[in-house]
Amino acid sequence: MFGAKLQVIRQFTLRGQWILLLLALLDVDVLHAQAQSKDERFQSLLAELREASYADKANIAERLSQTGHSSVRAVLTAFLDDRLYFRNDDQKVFIAKAADTDPIELIDPVSLKSSGAAPADLLNKIGTNNGLRKVLRTTVARFGLSNPDASVRFGAVKEMLSSLDEPNVAMLRERIDVEKDSRVKREIATGLALAALDGADARARLDAIGTLNHSVSQDVRNRLGLLLDKSPDGAYVESDENVRKAAERAVKTIDRWRTFYSGFETLFFGLSLGSVLVLIAIGLAITFGVMGVINMAHGELMMLGAYTTYVVQVAMPRHIETSILLAIPAAFVVAGLAGVILERTIIRFLYGRPLETLLATFGVSLILQQGVRSIFSALNRSVETPAWMSGTLQVNDALAITYNRLYIVIFTLIVFAIIMVVLKRTRIGLSIRAVSQNRAMAKAMGIRTEWVDAMTFGLGSGIAGVAGVALSQLTNVGPNLGQSYIIDSFMVVVFGGVGNLWGSLIGGMSMGIVNKLLEPYSGAVLAKIFVLVALILFIQTRPRGLFPQAGRAAEDK
Amino acid sequence: MKLRHLCIAALLLVIGLAPVKVTTAQTGGTIKVGILHSLSGTMAISETTLKDTILMMIDQQNKKGGLLGKKLEAVVVDPASDWPLFAEKAAQLLEKDKVAVVFGCWTSVSRKSVLPVFEKDNGLLFYPVQYEGEESSKNVIYTGAAPNQQAIPAVDYLMKEVGVKRWVLEGTDYVYPRTTNKILEAYLKSKGVQDADISINYTPFGHSDWQTRVAAIKRFGSAGKKTAVVSTINGDANVPFYKELGNQKISAEDIPVVAFSVGEEELSGVDTKPLVGHLAAWNYFESINNPTNKTFIDQWHAFIKNPKRTTNDPMEAHYIGFNLWVKAVQKAGATDVEKVIAALPGLETPNLTGGVAKVLPNHHITKPVYIGEVKGNGQFNVVWKSAGTVPGDAWSDYLPGSKDIDADWVTLKCGNYNRITKKCSGQNYK
Repeated sequence: MFGAKLQVIRQFTLRGQWILLLLALLDVDVLHAQAQSKDERFQSLLAELREASYADKANIAERLSQTGHSSVRAVLTAFLDDRLYFRNDDQKVFIAKAADTDPIELIDPVSLKSSGAAPADLLNKIGTNNGLRKVLRTTVARFGLSNPDASVRFGAVKEMLSSLDEPNVAMLRERIDVEKDSRVKREIATGLALAALDGADARARLDAIGTLNHSVSQDVRNRLGLLLDKSPDGAYVESDENVRKAAERAVKTIDRWRTFYSGFETLFFGLSLGSVLVLIAIGLAITFGVMGVINMAHGELMMLGAYTTYVVQVAMPRHIETSILLAIPAAFVVAGLAGVILERTIIRFLYGRPLETLLATFGVSLILQQGVRSIFSALNRSVETPAWMSGTLQVNDALAITYNRLYIVIFTLIVFAIIMVVLKRTRIGLSIRAVSQNRAMAKAMGIRTEWVDAMTFGLGSGIAGVAGVALSQLTNVGPNLGQSYIIDSFMVVVFGGVGNLWGSLIGGMSMGIVNKLLEPYSGAVLAKIFVLVALILFIQTRPRGLFPQAGRAAEDK
Repeated sequence: MKLRHLCIAALLLVIGLAPVKVTTAQTGGTIKVGILHSLSGTMAISETTLKDTILMMIDQQNKKGGLLGKKLEAVVVDPASDWPLFAEKAAQLLEKDKVAVVFGCWTSVSRKSVLPVFEKDNGLLFYPVQYEGEESSKNVIYTGAAPNQQAIPAVDYLMKEVGVKRWVLEGTDYVYPRTTNKILEAYLKSKGVQDADISINYTPFGHSDWQTRVAAIKRFGSAGKKTAVVSTINGDANVPFYKELGNQKISAEDIPVVAFSVGEEELSGVDTKPLVGHLAAWNYFESINNPTNKTFIDQWHAFIKNPKRTTNDPMEAHYIGFNLWVKAVQKAGATDVEKVIAALPGLETPNLTGGVAKVLPNHHITKPVYIGEVKGNGQFNVVWKSAGTVPGDAWSDYLPGSKDIDADWVTLKCGNYNRITKKCSGQNYK
């Protein structure tokens, strides 16, 4: 601005209009002085941040935003992101260009120009706590209100709704007339209506309830619920009867919608738990169901898959987003190979002797666990969740579906479909089915049964590895990962009917849903027990599971 | 053929289960120090570090010339996260190896399992982990926090500084969370919190599907009052819990979670993004800036040969415990358990945060209390600390049965003396 003024002055000089120049010079001086005092004020407020308590810092942040200085937004955003430092020797406050680098690149908070770099131990971070960050977030949100991106504006309005004070309401009121996006506009209207409920005019309050009627947000419901309360002296908080009746109706409508959505949510929780169960059981359904091998090391094969995810992620630290996709085939190969080796070296000598297979594979599972402990240490490994898998799909205020669960449901269905295609449509699938139905006859038809056994076990183990990739996104990647899932996977296979993949799918999904339907009433511990008891009773009456194998093949087993 | 395969299977089992025994060589002229921490199984994640801490302390003491002119010798056994095995291994340490002292146990179940052994054989155990209280044994020195040194101050902080009005007490289903929550519930009610504003819930060990619980917390927290979660969730169940909180967009700014068993060590194996801003209450944080702490961290890095390893609260407890034992032996002039126990109460040693840990007559110690917020790098930013140290209280003042009970091994010679009936019910903790 100062530069532009100078140019104007130069033009005036050229034209020789001296009086005007004088005036302009005066103007520049005044402006200059104002800018300087604004900068100084800003600077001194920043300096106060160094020693302030968290409560005082919140206060200073509010005062900073009132200065209207052009770099307020940058400073407050940096403060929120923990990027505000002061230098030890001269106590000057700086913004760090990026968090957690050493040396730290510094930006001057007033001019927002780069001002060199300094080693991290010569700088002190100006810390924040939860309460302060909350204040900063709403303050920063106000700047987002005029952002060209509608989703940023939506976020800003949402943030402002959580603390509807005078300045926020005033800003929303200004914004509603210029807002083009219907979703943002509706949210602003909700905010203004909530604010209008505090107004003196009964008519306005009635209109506000009319607007809020369409919301399903819990905050709106709470606010409307307050209108129905009585104050300690027995009189209603809301004096107007019409408003009260309207509020009561609105609360009922909102409650009805929320119950509906929460039912939907429970159903989704059940499906997602079910799909995890299916995913960990499909591999077992092949090795145990089709081949009849009780593989106690199945859980450890999942663990191998999870550790493969970790290794892939460590190998490509700059590509967290894609590493998880690469980890899927890698885990399939690693766990599949481990399965083939296990089959060739141990299990093939034990066919037809389930008890000994059980003991041997249990031993293998312990070896694998301790092996992982020796290689990776007993500590859990940290597998990062890629950005596209975290967060929620916000359907509306009452219903949100978490992305990672959604992807796992889809992933399970894809894996299941691929296996069905492999078993039903390919040559190896045909051989697998032939060997499992009648080994002697398959051999007579020229199928290399030994090779098919190894491939089948490898396929089942590989799927376990793939399940491990999914589990790495849900739980700890540690030596005990397998143990916590092995029982569940056996339960699903037995419940669904040994040797039937569709049974595992339906069985797993229904166990997940029943578990989640029970959990809100009985608690997680009892829900699990109920499901187990129900399963035992079911197996008592139908020992072959939901979908028993029919025909001659079943009788051999 | 069949026999051979059975043998192979049996062999594999044995290899898998075989405990790791590091040193048990019989030599004269040494003082034996028992280390009873799981090196395999579910608890190995936490306990292996504590074994290494004591090994480091022993190493340092030997470099200083040992104790009473003798070298210290570590006897390491692996109870493999198996509670009955803890009792067996404890008996082995005390009866066969004849160790002078044992540093060990993590979970309350393991402590309860070895307690009868230590009392029968008159051994001495230093227990380094925060626990539920309601216990004081002649043969145990509790160097971890009692509830009044961790849980109660944390709740106080949330109530006074954060303004929390509604409480979710979320725990894993076993003795420590159940007892702690019982104490906390009584405490909250004594502060005027209504029943409707407290929600208590338990989940099984290793619970990984938190969708329903987190949705319920979200609902509970949206009633218009500031809500906080007090978490006694144990071990591996924590990561899925915080992940689900993050995914369902519950930030520490809306509903903070204060945890009693999430420390630096646990955070080192975790993607910390969803945890940032959540709270933990401990008596020590690695990030506390203090010369003693810095020396300890440097020594630890040199000993473990890995500059990235973290230190944590139970490690500090072992540091204090070991130094106290050394002082007690020097004071008693012998390693005889009876004399050392008599010498312990009243002894003082510096802790790592600039204060002093003093052994109290109830066999607990004085500790400062810190509350920290999780930072992105897996460390804690201290947001509150107690004024001075807090003496550990064995029997909670907020539980109806326990508030009349005193523990005093100096004058009363009793771990649970009832002030009303004026009786000591011996070692029977009922």
